[in-house]
Amino acid sequence: MSFYDTWSAVFIALIAGVILVGTALIGARLLGPFAREQGKSISYECGMLPTGKNWTQVHVRYYLFAIMFLIFDVETIFIFPWAVRFLDLPSHAFWYMVFFVLILSGALFYAWRKKVLEWR
Amino acid sequence: MSFGDAFFGISWLDIIIRTLIVVIAMTVVVIYLTYGERKVVARFQMRLGPTRTGPAGLLQGVADALKLVVKEDLRPRNADRWVFEFAPYATFVPVFLVLLTLPFAENWGVRNLALGMFFVFAVLGLNIVGVLMAGFGSGNKYALLGGVRAAAQMISYEIPLVVALLTVAMLAGTLDLNLIASLQGDRPFILVQPLAFVIFFIALLSELHRAPFDIPVAESEIVGGYFVEYSGIRWSMFQLAEYAALWGFSIFGSVIFLGGWNFPFGSEVGVGLQLALTLIKSTLMILLIFWVRATMPRLRMDQLMSFCWKVLIEISFVLLLITGFFLYYNWPQEILALVNWGGALLLLTVIFIRTRRKSEAEDLVGTYKNIEVTE
Repeated sequence: MSFYDTWSAVFIALIAGVILVGTALIGARLLGPFAREQGKSISYECGMLPTGKNWTQVHVRYYLFAIMFLIFDVETIFIFPWAVRFLDLPSHAFWYMVFFVLILSGALFYAWRKKVLEWR
Repeated sequence: MSFGDAFFGISWLDIIIRTLIVVIAMTVVVIYLTYGERKVVARFQMRLGPTRTGPAGLLQGVADALKLVVKEDLRPRNADRWVFEFAPYATFVPVFLVLLTLPFAENWGVRNLALGMFFVFAVLGLNIVGVLMAGFGSGNKYALLGGVRAAAQMISYEIPLVVALLTVAMLAGTLDLNLIASLQGDRPFILVQPLAFVIFFIALLSELHRAPFDIPVAESEIVGGYFVEYSGIRWSMFQLAEYAALWGFSIFGSVIFLGGWNFPFGSEVGVGLQLALTLIKSTLMILLIFWVRATMPRLRMDQLMSFCWKVLIEISFVLLLITGFFLYYNWPQEILALVNWGGALLLLTVIFIRTRRKSEAEDLVGTYKNIEVTE
Protein backbone atom coordinates (compact mmCIF):
# COMPACT_ATOMS: atom_id res chain seq x y z
CA MET A 1 0.00 0.00 0.00
CA SER A 2 1.58 3.22 -1.12
CA PHE A 3 1.58 6.56 0.67
CA TYR A 4 -0.95 8.09 -1.74
CA ASP A 5 -3.18 5.05 -1.44
CA THR A 6 -3.50 5.20 2.36
CA TRP A 7 -3.95 8.97 2.51
CA SER A 8 -6.48 9.06 -0.34
CA ALA A 9 -8.47 6.67 1.90
CA VAL A 10 -8.48 9.39 4.57
CA PHE A 11 -9.76 11.87 1.97
CA ILE A 12 -12.51 9.49 0.80
CA ALA A 13 -13.60 8.77 4.38
CA LEU A 14 -13.76 12.52 5.02
CA ILE A 15 -16.12 12.93 2.04
CA ALA A 16 -18.12 9.85 3.09
CA GLY A 17 -18.63 11.27 6.58
CA VAL A 18 -19.83 14.62 5.21
CA ILE A 19 -22.19 12.83 2.76
CA LEU A 20 -23.56 10.66 5.59
CA VAL A 21 -24.50 13.68 7.73
CA GLY A 22 -25.68 15.64 4.67
CA THR A 23 -28.08 12.93 3.42
CA ALA A 24 -29.50 12.51 6.92
CA LEU A 25 -30.19 16.25 7.22
CA ILE A 26 -31.65 16.49 3.69
CA GLY A 27 -33.77 13.38 4.28
CA ALA A 28 -35.17 14.86 7.47
CA ARG A 29 -35.94 18.11 5.62
CA LEU A 30 -37.87 16.15 2.95
CA LEU A 31 -39.69 13.77 5.32
CA GLY A 32 -40.29 15.85 8.41
CA PRO A 33 -42.88 18.56 8.95
CA PHE A 34 -41.68 22.12 8.52
CA ALA A 35 -43.76 24.96 9.90
CA ARG A 36 -42.17 28.29 10.81
CA GLU A 37 -43.61 29.90 13.88
CA GLN A 38 -42.36 32.67 16.15
CA GLY A 39 -42.78 30.80 19.41
CA LYS A 40 -40.80 27.77 18.30
CA SER A 41 -37.64 29.69 17.55
CA ILE A 42 -37.17 31.17 21.01
CA SER A 43 -34.09 29.69 22.63
CA TYR A 44 -34.79 27.15 25.36
CA GLU A 45 -34.51 28.22 28.95
CA CYS A 46 -36.55 25.62 30.84
CA GLY A 47 -39.87 26.93 29.55
CA MET A 48 -39.42 30.52 30.73
CA LEU A 49 -38.84 33.42 28.35
CA PRO A 50 -35.07 33.91 28.04
CA THR A 51 -33.66 36.82 29.96
CA GLY A 52 -30.54 38.88 29.37
CA LYS A 53 -27.94 38.29 26.69
CA ASN A 54 -27.74 34.89 25.03
CA TRP A 55 -23.96 34.79 24.92
CA THR A 56 -23.00 35.15 28.54
CA GLN A 57 -19.43 35.57 29.69
CA VAL A 58 -17.43 32.47 30.53
CA HIS A 59 -15.26 32.27 33.61
CA VAL A 60 -11.53 32.91 33.13
CA ARG A 61 -10.57 29.53 34.66
CA TYR A 62 -11.40 27.79 31.36
CA TYR A 63 -8.81 30.02 29.71
CA LEU A 64 -6.19 29.06 32.31
CA PHE A 65 -6.84 25.35 31.72
CA ALA A 66 -6.52 25.92 27.97
CA ILE A 67 -3.07 27.48 28.49
CA MET A 68 -2.01 24.59 30.74
CA PHE A 69 -3.24 22.15 28.09
CA LEU A 70 -1.20 23.94 25.44
CA ILE A 71 2.02 23.38 27.44
CA PHE A 72 1.38 19.67 27.86
CA ASP A 73 0.04 19.08 24.36
CA VAL A 74 3.22 20.47 22.81
CA GLU A 75 5.14 18.24 25.23
CA THR A 76 3.28 15.12 24.08
CA ILE A 77 3.97 16.03 20.45
CA PHE A 78 7.69 16.00 21.32
CA ILE A 79 7.33 12.71 23.19
CA PHE A 80 5.57 10.91 20.31
CA PRO A 81 8.62 10.45 18.02
CA TRP A 82 10.92 9.94 21.02
CA ALA A 83 8.73 7.15 22.48
CA VAL A 84 8.89 5.11 19.29
CA ARG A 85 12.59 5.55 18.53
CA PHE A 86 14.41 6.35 21.81
CA LEU A 87 16.19 2.97 21.96
CA ASP A 88 17.80 3.56 18.55
CA LEU A 89 18.91 7.11 19.33
CA PRO A 90 22.45 7.92 20.52
CA SER A 91 23.05 7.37 24.23
CA HIS A 92 21.40 9.52 26.91
CA ALA A 93 18.28 10.14 24.77
CA PHE A 94 16.33 8.73 27.70
CA TRP A 95 17.94 11.06 30.26
CA TYR A 96 17.36 14.11 28.03
CA MET A 97 13.65 13.28 28.05
CA VAL A 98 13.67 12.85 31.84
CA PHE A 99 15.19 16.33 32.09
CA PHE A 100 12.58 17.75 29.69
CA VAL A 101 9.67 16.19 31.62
CA LEU A 102 11.15 17.51 34.90
CA ILE A 103 11.26 21.08 33.54
CA LEU A 104 7.62 20.86 32.49
CA SER A 105 6.52 19.28 35.75
CA GLY A 106 8.17 22.31 37.35
CA ALA A 107 5.68 24.39 35.38
CA LEU A 108 2.84 22.16 36.60
CA PHE A 109 3.87 22.47 40.23
CA TYR A 110 4.22 26.25 39.85
CA ALA A 111 0.64 26.36 38.58
CA TRP A 112 -0.40 24.09 41.44
CA ARG A 113 1.21 26.41 44.01
CA LYS A 114 -0.43 29.42 42.37
CA LYS A 115 -3.78 27.62 42.81
CA VAL A 116 -4.55 27.54 39.07
CA LEU A 117 -5.75 23.96 39.46
CA GLU A 118 -8.24 24.88 42.18
CA TRP A 119 -11.75 25.50 40.92
CA ARG A 120 -12.52 28.90 42.41
CA MET B 1 -7.66 -9.23 -0.31
CA SER B 2 -8.44 -6.26 -2.52
CA PHE B 3 -11.42 -5.20 -4.59
CA GLY B 4 -10.84 -3.84 -8.11
CA ASP B 5 -7.70 -2.65 -9.86
CA ALA B 6 -5.33 0.09 -8.86
CA PHE B 7 -5.58 3.37 -10.76
CA PHE B 8 -2.55 5.68 -10.54
CA GLY B 9 -1.37 3.50 -7.65
CA ILE B 10 -4.60 4.14 -5.75
CA SER B 11 -7.22 1.38 -5.58
CA TRP B 12 -10.27 3.64 -5.42
CA LEU B 13 -12.89 0.89 -5.65
CA ASP B 14 -11.26 -1.05 -2.81
CA ILE B 15 -11.26 2.00 -0.55
CA ILE B 16 -14.87 2.89 -1.38
CA ILE B 17 -16.18 -0.66 -0.82
CA ARG B 18 -14.37 -0.97 2.52
CA THR B 19 -15.60 2.48 3.63
CA LEU B 20 -19.17 1.45 2.71
CA ILE B 21 -18.85 -1.76 4.76
CA VAL B 22 -17.64 0.30 7.75
CA VAL B 23 -20.53 2.79 7.28
CA ILE B 24 -23.13 -0.01 7.26
CA ALA B 25 -21.52 -1.82 10.21
CA MET B 26 -21.36 1.44 12.17
CA THR B 27 -25.04 2.21 11.57
CA VAL B 28 -26.17 -1.25 12.68
CA VAL B 29 -23.84 -1.24 15.69
CA VAL B 30 -24.98 2.23 16.81
CA ILE B 31 -28.67 1.28 16.55
CA TYR B 32 -28.10 -1.84 18.64
CA LEU B 33 -25.75 -0.10 21.10
CA THR B 34 -28.51 2.33 22.06
CA TYR B 35 -30.84 -0.64 22.55
CA GLY B 36 -28.13 -2.59 24.38
CA GLU B 37 -27.31 0.27 26.71
CA ARG B 38 -30.95 0.76 27.67
CA LYS B 39 -31.39 -2.97 28.23
CA VAL B 40 -28.17 -3.47 30.26
CA VAL B 41 -28.61 -0.38 32.42
CA ALA B 42 -32.26 -1.38 32.98
CA ARG B 43 -31.16 -4.78 34.30
CA PHE B 44 -28.69 -3.05 36.64
CA GLN B 45 -31.57 -1.00 37.99
CA MET B 46 -33.96 -4.01 38.21
CA ARG B 47 -36.12 -2.86 35.31
CA LEU B 48 -36.88 -4.60 32.03
CA GLY B 49 -35.95 -1.88 29.55
CA PRO B 50 -37.61 -1.78 26.11
CA THR B 51 -39.82 -4.86 25.53
CA ARG B 52 -42.68 -3.77 23.28
CA THR B 53 -41.14 -3.00 19.87
CA GLY B 54 -40.42 -6.31 18.16
CA PRO B 55 -39.33 -9.50 19.97
CA ALA B 56 -37.75 -8.46 23.32
CA GLY B 57 -37.75 -4.86 22.12
CA LEU B 58 -35.15 -5.57 19.43
CA LEU B 59 -36.61 -3.03 17.00
CA GLN B 60 -36.52 -0.17 19.52
CA GLY B 61 -33.44 1.44 17.96
CA VAL B 62 -34.95 1.28 14.45
CA ALA B 63 -38.19 2.84 15.72
CA ASP B 64 -36.24 5.62 17.44
CA ALA B 65 -34.25 6.36 14.27
CA LEU B 66 -37.45 6.51 12.15
CA LYS B 67 -39.09 8.82 14.67
CA LEU B 68 -36.09 11.15 14.63
CA VAL B 69 -36.05 11.35 10.81
CA VAL B 70 -39.67 12.50 10.60
CA LYS B 71 -39.35 15.01 13.43
CA GLU B 72 -39.25 18.74 12.81
CA ASP B 73 -35.78 20.23 12.68
CA LEU B 74 -35.70 23.52 14.59
CA ARG B 75 -33.16 26.32 14.60
CA PRO B 76 -33.55 29.01 17.27
CA ARG B 77 -33.87 32.59 16.03
CA ASN B 78 -30.79 33.94 17.77
CA ALA B 79 -28.50 31.05 16.93
CA ASP B 80 -25.43 31.80 14.83
CA ARG B 81 -26.71 30.20 11.65
CA TRP B 82 -23.66 28.69 9.98
CA VAL B 83 -21.88 27.65 13.17
CA PHE B 84 -25.10 25.97 14.31
CA GLU B 85 -25.60 24.19 10.97
CA PHE B 86 -22.03 22.91 10.66
CA ALA B 87 -21.54 21.74 14.25
CA PRO B 88 -23.01 18.22 13.60
CA TYR B 89 -20.55 17.76 10.70
CA ALA B 90 -17.59 18.87 12.82
CA THR B 91 -18.62 16.50 15.59
CA PHE B 92 -19.38 13.39 13.55
CA VAL B 93 -16.73 13.41 10.80
CA PRO B 94 -13.67 13.17 13.14
CA VAL B 95 -15.24 10.20 14.93
CA PHE B 96 -15.87 8.54 11.59
CA LEU B 97 -12.24 9.10 10.60
CA VAL B 98 -11.14 7.18 13.72
CA LEU B 99 -12.93 4.09 12.37
CA LEU B 100 -10.86 4.33 9.19
CA THR B 101 -7.61 3.04 10.62
CA LEU B 102 -8.82 0.40 13.10
CA PRO B 103 -7.69 -3.17 12.29
CA PHE B 104 -10.84 -5.27 12.74
CA ALA B 105 -8.91 -8.40 11.72
CA GLU B 106 -5.37 -8.93 10.45
CA ASN B 107 -4.77 -6.18 7.86
CA TRP B 108 -8.52 -5.67 7.66
CA GLY B 109 -9.31 -2.06 8.25
CA VAL B 110 -10.16 0.44 5.54
CA ARG B 111 -6.45 1.33 5.38
CA ASN B 112 -3.71 0.67 7.89
CA LEU B 113 -1.90 3.94 8.56
CA ALA B 114 1.72 3.73 9.68
CA LEU B 115 1.03 6.49 12.22
CA GLY B 116 -2.32 5.01 13.27
CA MET B 117 -2.22 5.95 16.95
CA PHE B 118 -1.10 9.51 16.18
CA PHE B 119 -3.85 9.85 13.56
CA VAL B 120 -6.49 8.77 16.07
CA PHE B 121 -5.43 11.49 18.53
CA ALA B 122 -5.13 14.09 15.77
CA VAL B 123 -8.73 13.60 14.63
CA LEU B 124 -9.96 13.21 18.21
CA GLY B 125 -8.74 16.76 18.81
CA LEU B 126 -10.99 18.02 15.98
CA ASN B 127 -14.03 16.59 17.77
CA ILE B 128 -13.61 19.26 20.48
CA VAL B 129 -14.03 21.97 17.82
CA GLY B 130 -17.44 20.52 16.90
CA VAL B 131 -18.53 20.48 20.54
CA LEU B 132 -17.44 24.11 21.02
CA MET B 133 -19.20 25.10 17.76
CA ALA B 134 -22.44 23.55 19.02
CA GLY B 135 -22.05 25.31 22.36
CA PHE B 136 -21.31 28.75 20.97
CA GLY B 137 -23.57 28.59 17.91
CA SER B 138 -26.76 27.72 19.75
CA GLY B 139 -27.07 31.11 21.41
CA ASN B 140 -28.20 29.51 24.65
CA LYS B 141 -26.76 29.86 28.14
CA TYR B 142 -26.93 26.15 28.94
CA ALA B 143 -25.39 25.21 25.61
CA LEU B 144 -22.52 27.67 26.11
CA LEU B 145 -21.84 26.36 29.62
CA GLY B 146 -21.98 22.75 28.42
CA GLY B 147 -19.73 23.54 25.46
CA VAL B 148 -16.96 25.15 27.49
CA ARG B 149 -17.22 22.49 30.19
CA ALA B 150 -16.97 19.72 27.60
CA ALA B 151 -14.00 21.41 25.94
CA ALA B 152 -12.16 21.92 29.25
CA GLN B 153 -12.78 18.32 30.24
CA MET B 154 -11.82 16.83 26.88
CA ILE B 155 -8.58 18.76 26.50
CA SER B 156 -7.56 17.96 30.08
CA TYR B 157 -8.18 14.23 29.85
CA GLU B 158 -6.51 14.01 26.46
CA ILE B 159 -3.08 14.36 28.12
CA PRO B 160 -3.23 11.28 30.43
CA LEU B 161 -4.94 9.35 27.60
CA VAL B 162 -2.09 10.07 25.17
CA VAL B 163 0.69 9.50 27.69
CA ALA B 164 -0.79 6.19 28.91
CA LEU B 165 -0.96 4.94 25.33
CA LEU B 166 2.57 6.18 24.62
CA THR B 167 3.90 3.80 27.29
CA VAL B 168 2.47 0.96 25.20
CA ALA B 169 3.90 2.51 22.02
CA MET B 170 7.33 2.55 23.74
CA LEU B 171 6.95 -1.14 24.54
CA ALA B 172 5.86 -1.96 20.99
CA GLY B 173 8.27 0.47 19.30
CA THR B 174 5.66 1.50 16.75
CA LEU B 175 2.48 3.53 16.29
CA ASP B 176 1.03 1.19 13.64
CA LEU B 177 -2.13 -0.35 15.14
CA ASN B 178 -1.95 -3.54 13.08
CA LEU B 179 1.68 -4.05 14.09
CA ILE B 180 0.86 -3.40 17.78
CA ALA B 181 -1.81 -6.11 17.62
CA SER B 182 0.55 -8.52 15.88
CA LEU B 183 3.14 -8.11 18.68
CA GLN B 184 0.69 -9.43 21.28
CA GLY B 185 0.53 -13.05 20.18
CA ASP B 186 1.75 -14.56 23.48
CA ARG B 187 0.78 -11.84 25.98
CA PRO B 188 -1.58 -8.88 25.62
CA PHE B 189 -0.12 -5.56 26.79
CA ILE B 190 -2.67 -5.29 29.62
CA LEU B 191 -0.63 -7.92 31.51
CA VAL B 192 2.53 -5.79 31.19
CA GLN B 193 0.95 -2.33 31.54
CA PRO B 194 -2.23 -2.65 33.64
CA LEU B 195 -1.74 0.82 35.17
CA ALA B 196 -1.68 2.31 31.67
CA PHE B 197 -4.94 0.48 30.95
CA VAL B 198 -6.60 1.89 34.09
CA ILE B 199 -5.52 5.45 33.18
CA PHE B 200 -6.59 4.90 29.56
CA PHE B 201 -10.01 3.60 30.64
CA ILE B 202 -10.71 6.48 33.04
CA ALA B 203 -9.60 9.08 30.49
CA LEU B 204 -11.65 7.32 27.80
CA LEU B 205 -14.82 7.55 29.92
CA SER B 206 -14.16 11.26 30.18
CA GLU B 207 -13.45 11.75 26.47
CA LEU B 208 -16.72 10.01 25.60
CA HIS B 209 -18.71 11.96 28.24
CA ARG B 210 -19.81 8.72 29.89
CA ALA B 211 -20.83 8.65 33.54
CA PRO B 212 -19.24 9.42 36.04
CA PHE B 213 -17.69 12.14 33.85
CA ASP B 214 -20.89 13.30 32.11
CA ILE B 215 -21.26 16.71 33.75
CA PRO B 216 -21.03 18.61 30.38
CA VAL B 217 -24.06 16.72 29.03
CA ALA B 218 -25.88 16.36 32.36
CA GLU B 219 -29.66 16.49 31.90
CA SER B 220 -30.48 17.40 35.47
CA GLU B 221 -27.96 20.24 35.75
CA ILE B 222 -27.67 21.95 32.36
CA VAL B 223 -30.52 20.20 30.43
CA GLY B 224 -28.32 18.27 28.02
CA GLY B 225 -25.40 20.68 27.67
CA TYR B 226 -24.14 21.71 24.26
CA PHE B 227 -26.88 20.04 22.19
CA VAL B 228 -29.84 21.47 24.12
CA GLU B 229 -31.04 23.49 21.08
CA TYR B 230 -30.70 20.61 18.63
CA SER B 231 -33.73 18.51 17.80
CA GLY B 232 -34.70 15.68 15.47
CA ILE B 233 -32.09 14.42 13.04
CA ARG B 234 -29.49 17.04 13.98
CA TRP B 235 -29.57 15.88 17.60
CA SER B 236 -29.30 12.28 16.45
CA MET B 237 -26.06 13.19 14.63
CA PHE B 238 -24.54 14.03 18.01
CA GLN B 239 -25.91 10.77 19.39
CA LEU B 240 -24.51 8.87 16.39
CA ALA B 241 -21.10 10.45 16.95
CA GLU B 242 -21.18 9.52 20.64
CA TYR B 243 -22.02 5.87 20.09
CA ALA B 244 -19.73 5.51 17.07
CA ALA B 245 -16.93 6.88 19.28
CA LEU B 246 -17.87 4.41 22.01
CA TRP B 247 -17.63 1.55 19.53
CA GLY B 248 -14.52 2.82 17.79
CA PHE B 249 -12.58 3.49 20.98
CA SER B 250 -13.51 0.17 22.55
CA ILE B 251 -12.05 -1.53 19.46
CA PHE B 252 -9.04 0.81 19.68
CA GLY B 253 -8.52 -0.11 23.33
CA SER B 254 -8.97 -3.81 22.70
CA VAL B 255 -6.41 -3.68 19.87
CA ILE B 256 -3.84 -1.88 22.00
CA PHE B 257 -4.33 -3.53 25.39
CA LEU B 258 -6.24 -6.78 24.92
CA GLY B 259 -4.41 -8.13 21.89
CA GLY B 260 -7.04 -7.30 19.25
CA TRP B 261 -7.38 -9.98 16.60
CA ASN B 262 -4.18 -11.75 17.67
CA PHE B 263 -4.42 -12.98 21.26
CA PRO B 264 -4.85 -15.93 22.05
CA PHE B 265 -5.26 -17.74 18.69
CA GLY B 266 -2.60 -16.00 16.60
CA SER B 267 -2.70 -15.01 12.96
CA GLU B 268 -3.16 -18.51 11.48
CA VAL B 269 -6.91 -18.67 12.17
CA GLY B 270 -9.19 -17.20 9.53
CA VAL B 271 -10.61 -13.69 9.27
CA GLY B 272 -13.95 -14.85 10.68
CA LEU B 273 -12.53 -15.98 14.02
CA GLN B 274 -10.36 -12.84 14.23
CA LEU B 275 -13.41 -10.64 13.65
CA ALA B 276 -15.26 -12.58 16.35
CA LEU B 277 -12.34 -12.06 18.77
CA THR B 278 -12.30 -8.29 18.13
CA LEU B 279 -16.09 -8.22 18.58
CA ILE B 280 -15.94 -10.12 21.89
CA LYS B 281 -13.13 -7.99 23.31
CA SER B 282 -14.73 -4.68 22.30
CA THR B 283 -18.10 -5.87 23.67
CA LEU B 284 -16.40 -6.62 26.99
CA MET B 285 -15.02 -3.09 27.10
CA ILE B 286 -18.42 -1.59 26.22
CA LEU B 287 -20.11 -3.67 28.94
CA LEU B 288 -17.48 -2.44 31.42
CA ILE B 289 -18.29 1.16 30.42
CA PHE B 290 -22.03 0.49 30.91
CA TRP B 291 -21.31 -1.14 34.26
CA VAL B 292 -19.37 1.91 35.47
CA ARG B 293 -22.17 4.14 34.20
CA ALA B 294 -24.80 2.20 36.17
CA THR B 295 -22.67 2.16 39.34
CA MET B 296 -20.88 5.47 39.84
CA PRO B 297 -22.48 8.81 40.74
CA ARG B 298 -21.63 11.90 38.69
CA LEU B 299 -18.48 13.85 39.63
CA ARG B 300 -18.65 17.58 40.25
CA MET B 301 -16.79 19.81 37.76
CA ASP B 302 -14.05 20.78 40.23
CA GLN B 303 -13.54 17.17 41.37
CA LEU B 304 -13.32 16.09 37.76
CA MET B 305 -10.70 18.65 36.78
CA SER B 306 -8.57 18.22 39.90
CA PHE B 307 -8.66 14.42 39.52
CA CYS B 308 -7.18 14.83 36.06
CA TRP B 309 -4.57 17.52 36.82
CA LYS B 310 -3.52 16.41 40.28
CA VAL B 311 -3.68 12.61 39.98
CA LEU B 312 -3.85 11.19 36.46
CA ILE B 313 -1.29 13.43 34.72
CA GLU B 314 1.35 12.89 37.41
CA ILE B 315 0.84 9.13 37.48
CA SER B 316 0.93 8.84 33.69
CA PHE B 317 4.19 10.81 33.37
CA VAL B 318 5.84 8.79 36.15
CA LEU B 319 4.72 5.63 34.37
CA LEU B 320 6.18 6.94 31.10
CA LEU B 321 9.58 7.55 32.71
CA ILE B 322 9.54 4.18 34.55
CA THR B 323 8.77 2.35 31.30
CA GLY B 324 11.55 4.27 29.54
CA PHE B 325 14.01 3.41 32.32
CA PHE B 326 13.20 -0.32 32.13
CA LEU B 327 13.53 -0.38 28.35
CA TYR B 328 16.67 1.78 28.24
CA TYR B 329 18.59 -0.34 30.76
CA ASN B 330 17.10 -3.54 29.33
CA TRP B 331 15.63 -4.73 32.62
CA PRO B 332 13.24 -7.71 32.38
CA GLN B 333 9.63 -6.92 31.55
CA GLU B 334 8.39 -9.13 34.39
CA ILE B 335 9.61 -6.58 36.98
CA LEU B 336 8.01 -3.75 34.96
CA ALA B 337 4.75 -5.73 34.97
CA LEU B 338 5.04 -6.27 38.75
CA VAL B 339 5.58 -2.52 39.40
CA ASN B 340 2.65 -1.79 37.10
CA TRP B 341 0.29 -4.23 38.80
CA GLY B 342 1.20 -2.73 42.16
CA GLY B 343 0.49 0.78 40.87
CA ALA B 344 -2.80 -0.24 39.26
CA LEU B 345 -4.06 -1.98 42.40
CA LEU B 346 -3.00 1.01 44.53
CA LEU B 347 -4.80 3.49 42.25
CA LEU B 348 -7.99 1.40 42.16
CA THR B 349 -7.92 0.93 45.95
CA VAL B 350 -7.52 4.67 46.53
CA ILE B 351 -10.41 5.40 44.13
CA PHE B 352 -12.54 2.76 45.87
CA ILE B 353 -11.86 4.16 49.35
CA ARG B 354 -12.45 7.74 48.22
CA THR B 355 -15.81 6.86 46.64
CA ARG B 356 -16.86 4.97 49.79
CA ARG B 357 -15.94 7.93 51.99
CA LYS B 358 -18.88 9.48 53.82
CA SER B 359 -19.51 12.74 51.99
CA GLU B 360 -20.33 16.15 53.37
CA ALA B 361 -23.74 15.89 51.75
CA GLU B 362 -24.56 12.83 53.87
CA ASP B 363 -23.68 14.82 56.99
CA LEU B 364 -26.14 17.45 55.85
CA VAL B 365 -28.84 14.82 55.35
CA GLY B 366 -28.11 13.64 58.89
CA THR B 367 -28.72 17.11 60.30
CA TYR B 368 -31.95 17.44 58.36
CA LYS B 369 -33.16 14.14 59.82
CA ASN B 370 -32.99 15.59 63.33
CA ILE B 371 -35.19 18.56 62.49
CA GLU B 372 -38.65 17.92 63.89
CA VAL B 373 -41.47 18.54 61.49
CA THR B 374 -44.31 20.39 63.10
CA GLU B 375 -47.64 20.88 61.48
